[in-house]
Amino acid sequence: MKRVYVNEKWCLGCHLCEYNCAFANSGMTDMAKALKGKKIFPRIHVEGDDRITYAVSCRHCTDPLCVKSCISGALKIEDGTVTIDHDRCVACLTCILVCPYGAVSCTDEGVVQKCELCLKNSAGAPACAEGCPNRAIVYEER
Amino acid sequence: MNKYVIIGNGTAAAGCIEGIRSVDSEGSITVVSKENRPVYCRPLISYYLEGKTRLENIGYRPGDFYEKNGCRVLYGKSAVKIDSKGKKVYLEDGTSLDYDSLCVAAGSSPFVPPMAGLETVEKKFGFMTLDDALEVENAITPASRVLIVGAGLIGLKCAEGILDRVASVTVCDLADRVLSSILDSDSAAMMKKHLEERGMKFMLGDTAASFDKNTAHMKSGADVEFDVLILAVGVRANTSIVKDAGGEVGRGIRIGSRCETSIADVYAAGDCTETRDVSDGSVKVMALMPNAYMEGHCAGVNMAGGEECFDNAIPMNSIGFFGLHAMTAGNRKDTAEGGEVYEDVTDCHIKKLYCADGKLCGFVLIGDNGRAGIYTDLIRRQVPLDTVDYKKLQIEPNLFGFGEDYRRKKLGGVV
Repeated sequence: MKRVYVNEKWCLGCHLCEYNCAFANSGMTDMAKALKGKKIFPRIHVEGDDRITYAVSCRHCTDPLCVKSCISGALKIEDGTVTIDHDRCVACLTCILVCPYGAVSCTDEGVVQKCELCLKNSAGAPACAEGCPNRAIVYEER
Repeated sequence: MNKYVIIGNGTAAAGCIEGIRSVDSEGSITVVSKENRPVYCRPLISYYLEGKTRLENIGYRPGDFYEKNGCRVLYGKSAVKIDSKGKKVYLEDGTSLDYDSLCVAAGSSPFVPPMAGLETVEKKFGFMTLDDALEVENAITPASRVLIVGAGLIGLKCAEGILDRVASVTVCDLADRVLSSILDSDSAAMMKKHLEERGMKFMLGDTAASFDKNTAHMKSGADVEFDVLILAVGVRANTSIVKDAGGEVGRGIRIGSRCETSIADVYAAGDCTETRDVSDGSVKVMALMPNAYMEGHCAGVNMAGGEECFDNAIPMNSIGFFGLHAMTAGNRKDTAEGGEVYEDVTDCHIKKLYCADGKLCGFVLIGDNGRAGIYTDLIRRQVPLDTVDYKKLQIEPNLFGFGEDYRRKKLGGVV
């Protein structure tokens, strides 16, 4: 299955992946309207220091602790992708307590969010990889 | 064809079913369910009362779960005896089930200490099952004064669930702080203040000694008038069926890393078990939903002849009340016990990281708890702190402190 992979040697630390992620998941068609002047809640985030940077998002683990730990049945594996049903999520945050990569985060809407590989939104494939200017983020089979 | 029997129909049972089916798609699975319901998310009962989830969303698995997994569920039945030689489970109604391998996922039961006059209280409830929650919902009115005995996870979640639907909620507990099983005194004080600001009343270091209809006579001598009483003192693991069959039990049914009991072909999983806590090496009951699922799954795989090991259980809790969230994991070993503590405490958040023997052994986070799983992972995997940049990780949990090799493996490969 295709996943998002990151190579820190190529990462410029530009944070474009965060904006592309937030936009892709905003449901809007105008990037400025979707993001300008707003606090964004991307599902990928760049970390590091002034020398090394890289982006972290859900690894879509083959044996995901978040799914095993979910108390509401909101997190599940669909064709290898770890997805979340926001209608069932009660924001108990157990997934945040167990994810070893810190890849699940809160939204301001009373549910948690995570990368779903843009399979549910109009981007159709991960917008972070699509828009990465230096191919530090790729979406491929490994 | 293998015959599998599962006693219990909660999270551990669901894990067991999925574990069995990951290995064996043919064998027959029979589930003995005391409750007349398909498996549901037990912790969601307070969210239901609070209006944060709906009854149709409370199921843990889709409606066709048992059918798809080829399970026969015996609803409203209790198992009373295991004949480990004859490999039979006897039910309360006198019938029996043959098994090749058995999983005891019998859960726990509320523990009610003897309290004089309890029988004179008309409206009294536990808060363990969906039926309990529905009964509470039926009993409360906007004018109800509710007394909850027990300021632990169950008592406080119940209090949060009903607070805005009743006139008053008073919570008493013999402990001197709220959530005493998981929080230290600083974080308990912050949580208590938050709950008081939201309108909850507390009587800590005090509990109901006796009842006379709608009055609780407290240990301190005070009297509390109430309309509805909720008993959330504690729970006990349901161990008797294994104990009676000669299996090893302590506070819970003793299981090994394959979730096997001391009886051949009998496994156990979930709240009824006790196992080793890797964060301090002691054997204890860790009645938590994630552990229940993982133990159930592990038991299921092994019952079906596969190989799965669950040997890194730790206590861990993520619990929020009216927007203030607490996360804890492992054990708090403070400086008096030879541990080292990192503290970052402000008016609105608390972070305490406890380490001992060069490893992180526990933490408490209130307020800001983003990416807490990175700390949990350090505990669960028993990572020696001299192999990571612990100084940086203390300040902020991220993958930077783990070094390039780790990141290349985790971010550049399948995990």
